[in-house]
Amino acid sequence: MHQEKTKHLQDLLSSKFKQQIVVSKIDLGDLVVEIQRESVGEFFKRLKEDPDLTFNMLTDVTAVDWLDKKSNRFEVVYHLRSFEHGYFVRVKVALPESDPTIDSVLPYWHAADFLESEVWDMYGINFRNNPDIRRMMMYEEFEGHPLRKDYPVQGKQPRIEMRYPEVRNTAKDMVRHTLVQINKSDRAGGAA
Amino acid sequence: MSLKRHLFNEDLGIGGVSTHMRPRALNDDLHTETMILNMGPAHPATHGTARIAVELSGEEIIDAAVEVGYLHRGFEKMCETVDYNQVIPYTDRLNYVSPIINNVGWSLAVEKLLGVEVPKRAQYIRVILSEISRICDHLTCLGASAMELGAFTAFLYLVEAREYLWDLVEEVTGARLTISYTRVGGLKHDLTADFAEKMHEAFKGVRFHLDNSDRLLSRNRIFLDRMCDVAVVSKEKAFSYGLTGPILRASGGDFDIRKANPYSSYEDFDFEVPLGTKGDNYDRFNVRFEEMKQSMSICEQAIANLPDGPISIDDPHVVLEDKDEVYKSIDGMINHFELVIRGVEPPAGEVYMSVEGGNGEVGFYVVSDGSGKPYRCRVRPPSYIHMGIIKEMLLGHSIADVVPTFGMINMIGGECDR
Repeated sequence: MHQEKTKHLQDLLSSKFKQQIVVSKIDLGDLVVEIQRESVGEFFKRLKEDPDLTFNMLTDVTAVDWLDKKSNRFEVVYHLRSFEHGYFVRVKVALPESDPTIDSVLPYWHAADFLESEVWDMYGINFRNNPDIRRMMMYEEFEGHPLRKDYPVQGKQPRIEMRYPEVRNTAKDMVRHTLVQINKSDRAGGAA
Repeated sequence: MSLKRHLFNEDLGIGGVSTHMRPRALNDDLHTETMILNMGPAHPATHGTARIAVELSGEEIIDAAVEVGYLHRGFEKMCETVDYNQVIPYTDRLNYVSPIINNVGWSLAVEKLLGVEVPKRAQYIRVILSEISRICDHLTCLGASAMELGAFTAFLYLVEAREYLWDLVEEVTGARLTISYTRVGGLKHDLTADFAEKMHEAFKGVRFHLDNSDRLLSRNRIFLDRMCDVAVVSKEKAFSYGLTGPILRASGGDFDIRKANPYSSYEDFDFEVPLGTKGDNYDRFNVRFEEMKQSMSICEQAIANLPDGPISIDDPHVVLEDKDEVYKSIDGMINHFELVIRGVEPPAGEVYMSVEGGNGEVGFYVVSDGSGKPYRCRVRPPSYIHMGIIKEMLLGHSIADVVPTFGMINMIGGECDR
């Protein structure tokens, strides 16, 4: 039943998106669709809003770095689910290294906010029209994008500047430089 | 700073309450201003390492910013440097309250890539231990949340119940948390001989404590006041924010991967998926409570019908051979050597496999280039995605509602930050 559904979805998508879809195949039971970067906005809008599709959940957004292995270095991978029809699809978009920019899908799914921020943090892929892209896992001063294949596993980062140098550390004033003296003779007759 | 930018952004995207919507002061002469309060990353009234900065007008939350990433240790980068079986100990540290579910998810993903299926007995054992872990996860969530709301007795009951189950897990796997029980293509070893009796014994204790704490909590006015009608999430919003697991089901979204896309023989078992009607904190509490009872029923069905047979597939390129074979035959020796040095080598390709974790859909997206190490390994962490809706949930509520809401989201740092 699952296979039939996947096949049905493949036919449906092929008929609806003749221009946009570059490759469409069934890989280990899941439908995989590759689309052009230019058609991202319209494609996802219709996936969400078309009553035959209604993909109402953005399950995951991630990326793969094909350094030197493919002509387009980056690949953004979306996993989407439709609860009404029980569909599941993987959408892939290839991006060149020179301009890793793609339209955000935040207008269609709220989940894109955190997921796209993470992809930018880890891969440096820019999401157009997502106003709140920020470092999620790394700190703000981090240089580079750690999941890229050319970022070394044991990569070292420079020390960062103090964030609020004007804030005085009052704890320093409270440190007692001389330890409390215990005068043993005072305790004569106490514990031996 | 990002937080300030986040807090004072006039045209926040969807969901944000921008600053011009602040309630007008009753008396314009009276000088009032909002206050920014930091909760976390280590706050006495919450558990988990996440920072929530809230902007308050009196006690009402008018804006919130969530910061995660305090427990980031580069899981995905580390996975690219080790072979497929060596990833399993790393997956223990994702959701460390229910590590077996992560182990199972990872093993299933690699097995799907290899195109193999483990024997029925191994599948049943995976189900039994996954369900025990799910109960542990829910017990931790409910117990800790109850404690944060002042119900310390309920916390002690629930943690004692969890202790019975962890003893059971320890009995089988040898460890309580970092268990690394599954292997690609099977399991580390079989159940112990008297596992069934011990399990029934433990469940008796768990049921006793569940009944007790249910009586303590669900008729407690203080508890109900702080849980009911707080942080209501509609079904549409839950879908849009990508919520899964008990949180989605509390909002009425009928989706459970065990039912929708059965893995590891879940189709053999008869169980119900509890659904909430309102989507508030109390529904999330109730859904978890009911799920524990269902999980115990699944375990009992599985142990009653546990098939005999091997616990690993019979393929020397995937699973280590018997020591007898290794020491006494040249083939066995070579296979052992190859597997230890090169690791499992799935064909080049990619796969997405998801399992129903304690908090929601735990998905593994694995890309293989045909070598012994994964080229790319991505985890879809339910907790991380759930953190995205916290702001939306909190707006308009009072500062005291942060505690039960955050507790019911049940953010697990290891899984959220990876």
